[in-house]
Amino acid sequence: MFQELSLMPDLTVADNISIADPPRRFGLIDRKAQRERAEALLARIHCEDVDPRALVRDLSLSRRQMVEIAKALGKDPKLLILDEATSALTSRDVETVYSVLGELKQDGVGMLFISHRMHEVEALCDTLSVFRNGQHIETFAKGARSQNDIVKLMIGRDVSHQFPPKPVRTKPNTPHLVVDNLRWENALNGVSLSVGKGEIVGLGGLDGQGQKELLLALFGVLRGVDGKVGIGGADGLTGSPAEAKSGKNRIALVPEDRKTEGLMLPMSIADNLLAASFDRVSVGPFIDRSKEKQAVADAIKQLQIKINRPEDAVATLSGGNQQKVVIAKWLMTEPEIILLNDPTRGIDVGTKQELYRLMRELADQDRAILFYSTDYAELIGCCDRVAVMYDGRIVTEFSGAAITEEALVSAALNITVPISTSPGVPA
Amino acid sequence: MTTASTPRRESALVMSIRQNRGFYGALLLLAVLYIVYNFLHPKGFSTNVFIANTNESVALAFVAMAQAMTVIVGGLDLSVGSVMTLTSCIASELVRGEPWQIVFGCLVTVAAGTGFGLVNGVIIVYGRLQPIIATLATGAVAMGLALLIRPKPGGEVDLDLNWAATNSLRDLAETYHLFSDGEDAWFQPIAWVPVPLLIMIIVAAVIWVPFKRTVTGRTLYAIGSSEGAAFMSGLPINRARLWAFTLAGTFAGCAGLYLAIQTGSGNADIPQAGAYTLNSIAAVVLGGISLLGGVGTAIGALIGALILRVISFYFRILSIDPLMQSLVEGIVLLLAVSLGAVRTLRVKNRLELFR
Repeated sequence: MFQELSLMPDLTVADNISIADPPRRFGLIDRKAQRERAEALLARIHCEDVDPRALVRDLSLSRRQMVEIAKALGKDPKLLILDEATSALTSRDVETVYSVLGELKQDGVGMLFISHRMHEVEALCDTLSVFRNGQHIETFAKGARSQNDIVKLMIGRDVSHQFPPKPVRTKPNTPHLVVDNLRWENALNGVSLSVGKGEIVGLGGLDGQGQKELLLALFGVLRGVDGKVGIGGADGLTGSPAEAKSGKNRIALVPEDRKTEGLMLPMSIADNLLAASFDRVSVGPFIDRSKEKQAVADAIKQLQIKINRPEDAVATLSGGNQQKVVIAKWLMTEPEIILLNDPTRGIDVGTKQELYRLMRELADQDRAILFYSTDYAELIGCCDRVAVMYDGRIVTEFSGAAITEEALVSAALNITVPISTSPGVPA
Repeated sequence: MTTASTPRRESALVMSIRQNRGFYGALLLLAVLYIVYNFLHPKGFSTNVFIANTNESVALAFVAMAQAMTVIVGGLDLSVGSVMTLTSCIASELVRGEPWQIVFGCLVTVAAGTGFGLVNGVIIVYGRLQPIIATLATGAVAMGLALLIRPKPGGEVDLDLNWAATNSLRDLAETYHLFSDGEDAWFQPIAWVPVPLLIMIIVAAVIWVPFKRTVTGRTLYAIGSSEGAAFMSGLPINRARLWAFTLAGTFAGCAGLYLAIQTGSGNADIPQAGAYTLNSIAAVVLGGISLLGGVGTAIGALIGALILRVISFYFRILSIDPLMQSLVEGIVLLLAVSLGAVRTLRVKNRLELFR
């Protein structure tokens, strides 16, 4: 079963649980048997409150995840792989799942439990394996290593990236982007943050603690954002990306998924580069060919994008060069605030180094940069300050020499914080 | 001779072909089909055959270009055939009388199509309806209006215009006495050119070519390629989509106007409207436009429409049962689309096939 739910929202709970091999009578699906089977499985994980006839789309996220667990149990697995299976559960459900998993263990079912949460791993597993960057690092029995050792294994010791030197601050930067008590749905629970001109502020923490939502909120993508955003003293809460990039705000966002949010893959490199700044190369309603050509050539030169011709589809480029196209696209709008959502994901080391240098150059040109990364080494190497997020708020901020791997990882796992705030820890 | 020191750059044409395989494939197919047709035709390679053929192609070409606008943004317009029928009925009422009345009638006809397209666009963009179902409904509305205007086939479109628009340039010049004494020397070499061909080229050149170079036009492709990325780039998504459906209406209006002029009357023919709509989708695909959006041009759709028409011409000169026409058209369409699907064999991550 997956972290990203694989249920079909428009089918009922019972349909979903028996989707692969429904009980049949005379070749047709036996709905009564199917419902009874769903009830039995749901009862096993103490989810009697879920009606098997309900549509999955009407359930809350935590209920859906429980249905998913029921669905997995329904297959009578010999090996159960749980990928972040508890990410959306309430603490009561987590305990139920723990006990069910315990029972399964008694029955001789093998389980692979993938998690970011240290206490879950501690509570459930017999053997631990640490993976990093697609490589197996080490496997050991529970208790053989301390929590600190595990954290070290997770980070790794190799310092393979070269980071440009950070400038020494004599006086604090004047804040340019000021975020005050920003709230949105369940993802942002009162974020307060400031970024100065010429400053790179990192966003740390585990994946999915509200970092992406914070960037999207600042860029005007989310609806119903509460709180205050100030840009250069004026109100800076924007309603749409079109508004965010233009006029007084001048915000750019390098999005998380360059393939769906960053690029129009079948379109040419030139069109992609210009996508955010067509107005700058237009005369009246028409795009001026010579201006267009010049702007594209400049951008390609500035970021040293390796291409055959600007007319080629952007899909033909390597990941690193695609990312350069996304970044170049936004630099063409001459932004004052640059939001980066994990920009080095899936690109080669050489291009990463170029990006780090570029970020520092941009900061030296007095732009304010907010940089989310899942790679701790990057945050340490690039940022003047790092704010660590947990559960939709910023729990700690480090600056200067205080930005260390241990500090970031412990803050991200919220280990230093009293246990009462981390849900689902069984006694 | 290319020396070793010159970097090897492919010519602009080669690159264009590589990037628009579908379009050039369609162009080649059309050329082959039409040349073979002329060899088989007893009066092949004559102006008269050419004029007759282009005449029958104009309406479908316009409807296909209308469809192209909406398919490029990743939509589909099921109302194009009905809008064409509606506007042809309007034209059959208005395009007659004094010259100013005729011009006025033509303008009103195209404006009606444009307005209908705008309504489609508003419903789809601001009503947030899916284009297929929205245009299915508005298409039925257009058909109903057409039946109100013309419960029975009829109407009298200006005969001079009918003659001038459906023949060669020479006939056009003679109809309106453009040359006081004989023909000017420059006119001689182009006098044979069919007016319907010119109409197609001029409308495409006046509407599509400039539009493709606007920010809105570029946004059309951006939406079809990746709406998420287009939105995140701050492109005018709503405006572009509104334009796409509005221009689709304009093209459908041009189709209706020409149909009325060509037939000299209006006819609220429901099966005909449906056939035009379905053929427009086929033409769009044949012309190298991806139904997923973001790829292709209205010119491609025009070529696709001509291919469909040429196939139908074959049935007149060969002694094949006309009942086979649908079968053959279907097979040609399947073959053309299958060529486009070869790409999916190269995809390694099968999850990507569903994105």
